Amino acid sequence: MNAQSVIYEDEQKQLAEICQRLLREALAKAIFLLDRNGQVIVSIGEISEIDVTSLASLVAGTTAATSSLAKLLGEPEFPVHFHEGKRDHLHISLAGEEFILTVIFDQRSSLGLVRLRVKKTTERLQEAFVAMEERRRLPAPQGAGLFDEITDDDIDNLFGDGF
Amino acid sequence: MSFINYSSREIILKIVYYGPGLCGKTTNIKFIYGSTNPDARGKLISLETKAERTLFFDFLPLSLPPIRGFKTRLHLYTVPGQLFYSASRRLIMKGADGVVFVADSQRERFEANQISMDDLKENLAAYGYEISKLPFVVQYNKRDLPNINSVEELRAEFNPGGAPDFEAAAGHPDGAGVFDTLKSVVKMILQDLKNPQS
Repeated sequence: MNAQSVIYEDEQKQLAEICQRLLREALAKAIFLLDRNGQVIVSIGEISEIDVTSLASLVAGTTAATSSLAKLLGEPEFPVHFHEGKRDHLHISLAGEEFILTVIFDQRSSLGLVRLRVKKTTERLQEAFVAMEERRRLPAPQGAGLFDEITDDDIDNLFGDGF
Repeated sequence: MSFINYSSREIILKIVYYGPGLCGKTTNIKFIYGSTNPDARGKLISLETKAERTLFFDFLPLSLPPIRGFKTRLHLYTVPGQLFYSASRRLIMKGADGVVFVADSQRERFEANQISMDDLKENLAAYGYEISKLPFVVQYNKRDLPNINSVEELRAEFNPGGAPDFEAAAGHPDGAGVFDTLKSVVKMILQDLKNPQS
């Protein structure tokens, strides 16, 4: 298959800055920007108690299922889904074709405020995604070089004492 | 689709375990979880029914030693094996870097394996993938049970292309073949990324 998804440091930094602004403006607890396969691009806020990898795979799973539900009903997408808890709430929305923006918030904020700020943030993210896409159209992506350097010994040595 | 994060210096590979219901996909993942150093594994997530049948997927993140300064992380997924969860299986296949087909060696499950293999090909085709063009490993599971097909019979039917294949007994306490299968598919993925076929 050989398809690769690559995020460069400067891109991650830019996306993180956009998410930081959302964290402040939406009075959110935590923000996660994921790709649709559940890979974490940005995770900020009160995240020390959260298993981010698990959260990302479950959000990606639920988003994929929601997306299929939409198509089943003849809708192109359900771009937003919201889960209300007793204490914390989860606002999940699509950001562009390939990314998912997840906001966790509590009583310090409100659904209305989060929705409003997410909308603005999605516009900012879209602009960044366009620049990222243009960069990937350039020849000789940097990602290719990493695998060129890997030797067969590197691969053999991967499975060491931990297994 | 492998994911390379230059900011956190990580390479993430997605491996999907496919096969008919009750063939031992979840058992493979649980054995890996139970046998791996706690520092090298994340939380095992199982979205299952009350009867412990996989409803959506199992998910296990694993960490391997770094390669060229990049942490290598594996995301292992299983699909729900039961026939009527076809839509869920298709979702999970998205972005897979490699696939393990777990065949149930028991004679009475031969047809179930055939149906699952056809379903796998169909779901791969939905994303433009083909078995012959992706890192693919076959595991003949339940070799410790009686009334099983020979490996030759299974190979002829489920691995005519000669992919790496392994006998396994994932439900047995020593989990024979489970790690051989995993290591093989990881090596294939990395070699595939290193030397793209197309």
